[in-house]
Amino acid sequence: MEIPYTYKPRPDTGLYNAKVGIWLFLASEIMLFGALFSAYILLRVSAPAGFWPDLALAWPRGLLNIPIGTFNTAVLITSSVTVVLAWAALKMNNFARFRVYMVITVVCAFAFLGIKSFEYNDKFSHYVVRLKDGKAVTGHIEVDGKHPRFWNFNDQWDVAKLADKKITQIKVEVDPERDIHGHVKSHGSHAHEVREIAVADIVSLGSYTPATHPFFAVYFLITALHGLHVLGGALVLAYFAFPGAKMWKSNPEQFINRIEVGGLFWHFVDLVWIFLFPVVYLL
Amino acid sequence: MQSSASHAHTSATESSHGHAHHEPGFFGKYIFSTDHKVIGIQYGVSSLLFLLFGFFLMLVMRFQLANPGKPIPIVGALLEKVLGEDMAKGGIMGGDLYNSFGAMHGTIMVFLAIVPVLFGAFGNYVTPLQIGAPDMAFPRLNMASFHCYFLGGVVMFASFFTPGGAARSGWTSYSPLASITDLANRFDGQTYWLIGMVLLITSSLLGSVNFIATIIQLRCRGMSWMRMPFFVWAQFVTGFLLLLAFPPLEAAGLMQLMDNLFGSSFFLPQGLVVSGTPLPVSGGGSPLLWQHLFWFLGHPEVYVLILPAIGIVAEVVSNNIRKPLWGYKSMVYAAMSIGFLSFIVWAHHMYLTGMGTKVATFFQTTTMMISIPSVIILTALFISLWGGSIRFNSASLFALSFLPMFGIGGLTGLPLGFNASDIFLHDSYYVIGHFHYVVAPGTMFAVFAGIYYWFPKITGRHMNELLGKLHWAGSLFFMNCVFAPMFIQGFKGMSRRMSDGGTTYFGPDAGIGADPGVLSLNKMIFWCAIGLGIAQIPFIINFFSSIFAGKRATSDNPWQATTLEWATPTPPPHGNFLQEPVAYRGPYEYSVPGAKTDFTPQGDKN
Repeated sequence: MEIPYTYKPRPDTGLYNAKVGIWLFLASEIMLFGALFSAYILLRVSAPAGFWPDLALAWPRGLLNIPIGTFNTAVLITSSVTVVLAWAALKMNNFARFRVYMVITVVCAFAFLGIKSFEYNDKFSHYVVRLKDGKAVTGHIEVDGKHPRFWNFNDQWDVAKLADKKITQIKVEVDPERDIHGHVKSHGSHAHEVREIAVADIVSLGSYTPATHPFFAVYFLITALHGLHVLGGALVLAYFAFPGAKMWKSNPEQFINRIEVGGLFWHFVDLVWIFLFPVVYLL
Repeated sequence: MQSSASHAHTSATESSHGHAHHEPGFFGKYIFSTDHKVIGIQYGVSSLLFLLFGFFLMLVMRFQLANPGKPIPIVGALLEKVLGEDMAKGGIMGGDLYNSFGAMHGTIMVFLAIVPVLFGAFGNYVTPLQIGAPDMAFPRLNMASFHCYFLGGVVMFASFFTPGGAARSGWTSYSPLASITDLANRFDGQTYWLIGMVLLITSSLLGSVNFIATIIQLRCRGMSWMRMPFFVWAQFVTGFLLLLAFPPLEAAGLMQLMDNLFGSSFFLPQGLVVSGTPLPVSGGGSPLLWQHLFWFLGHPEVYVLILPAIGIVAEVVSNNIRKPLWGYKSMVYAAMSIGFLSFIVWAHHMYLTGMGTKVATFFQTTTMMISIPSVIILTALFISLWGGSIRFNSASLFALSFLPMFGIGGLTGLPLGFNASDIFLHDSYYVIGHFHYVVAPGTMFAVFAGIYYWFPKITGRHMNELLGKLHWAGSLFFMNCVFAPMFIQGFKGMSRRMSDGGTTYFGPDAGIGADPGVLSLNKMIFWCAIGLGIAQIPFIINFFSSIFAGKRATSDNPWQATTLEWATPTPPPHGNFLQEPVAYRGPYEYSVPGAKTDFTPQGDKN
């Protein structure tokens, strides 16, 4: 006996096997991301006073780049539209148009990942410097004439390390000051003013990495997990567009099903971002 | 799609061997098989081996509890040699080793032994047969599920040999303890544990998607929902529990992994001081968050451990009392209610965390609610026995003893569900006694019943009845002798965490009110655990000898059962059924008045 309903729908449920499978998988994924979002809410709501937001810095609000995030949202939504158009093109028996839309989808996916890695890079080289007078500044730092970059992720600076290397002074390209809501204060702040800070005045120094604040831990964990989903989805869709497209000749019905299932996953990935963007960037 | 792929696979193997027959090679047949029956057997063998391994861990721990500070006979020297002097100096179990054995005993028994044997082994082998399906809906996912499970097991096993030893923060891995036990090694046993868990969770995700899709889509003609055997219903609900409850633990595991590897503070609060020095972390995390996420899985997991077991018992009991199950429909609805309610009871594991009395009251209420469907199921099974003509064979003896044993396990859980009494009993041996009654003489007895019951279908031979009855009698006696004294120890306040068996608190220097009698119970439990081990020897002999020399099953349906798995050839070939099966009636038509025989199979038209 062969396994039934691999691509023909079962009459009483109206579904083929893979469609049941993908919906179940997505249910599980909702619980996964749901748990992460809940963790974010719980950590933020139950944070000790003066910690989140931080009184000295209005921290960590407004640290993520909203215009870039908005642009990335648009990129991902575009890909969600094109993946439907690709599926619709197949339904209308137009394989060439399907391939064009699928390629646009995959290009959007990689554009999203590229922009995201640009954002990551910026965070890894961005530091928060807490001073002995209770104040704090954030910005890109310059140590010994060098800017720490993304590729020295494992080579982060902290106060002990500066002391070890007998460095007494660092330069900070200070970010504009923000109020407690994360809005840039208009008066008296000059964007990217460079300040020299004596190491002796520094209490702590840390880049925008998970170890520095739970906000970054949450931000990096959720966006990295989401990024992995984007990457996985993009690879599968790219497979459907090129090597996997052979099935269009041998079994078009099943091929359309595959695109539908892949599209469902892609919409889910998009939907996670639709929640992620306001929750992490805007709130 | 899947079948064509497996054909492609077969032909690839053929061409590489240059043969033209349709048999896949050794690897294709036994390692990379996509057949649900082979995968079921793979799961069964691996999980039974892990079960034995977990049992040995427990024996060593019980020796330590009965004879604290004494060198362990036989294995002590080996432990010292393999794990190093830090762990077992002079063959004496160190506190760290005790803790890591404790954590790994729990992890191995729950995630690598019981769940895989119930869901992976029995679920895989029996479910498609009982619904008249040729295979699972996604055979290759099924194979991937087993491989993830196996890899997870290897990672867990390897963690014993890592510097610092295996995870030793309990099977619940509470943070911040789990993140600070081994500060010397960043990549420590706990990290292995987390990686192993992520693999096991992936495995159960693939498995549960597959099971649910199979049950929804591949039921044969006539197999309507209320004609499904109760075992299939149990697997169906279990599938949803695994599907939806495990991901939050995966999220929590990823967070703890970040805490361990990247120094984040998901679960580390501000101002954490370890051995007198402040921990150099940002803080601001919540230890309670880990507990919520862990028990969000942890409690449904309990029902993952028990529902398929009840499913097996329902099949075996109904077949051996020659009567339909009493209240089949109410059992089905009860199983569904359990599935739903099990998602909203988790914080009854956390009454002592200070999460607040209002929250505790909510979870106390839901906990009492979930005992109702559990009692419905157990009562239905008991009432089924009324007026039955019971056949006492090894399978039915195990299934019948499941009922009172699970009853004890369930009823002793009530005082833990009320937060007033839980405050006294929490973290004591009472808790250990309670959940072991549910899982050991409960679930394990169902597993044994299932093995004796389906053995003839899988191998074509019966297991030996005399050895089976010896196995049953010994197991029943010693299980009770091992776990019943723990209730007494718990009532007397003995903590479950002490590596010296309570000598510190109950020894000669103990304060007023401490009863040294609980220490002698440790000795008794140890000897009974040895007895329990000896009682498994007939089973092991029986299992292997019967594969080759057991009495041949004379028909495809040796137990005269009604469900569809007995309508297949023995053992079932690839694709299972020779003709398309059709279900014409309910699953338990035993002793129907006016029928020719005392059983009417589901597939019989007349």
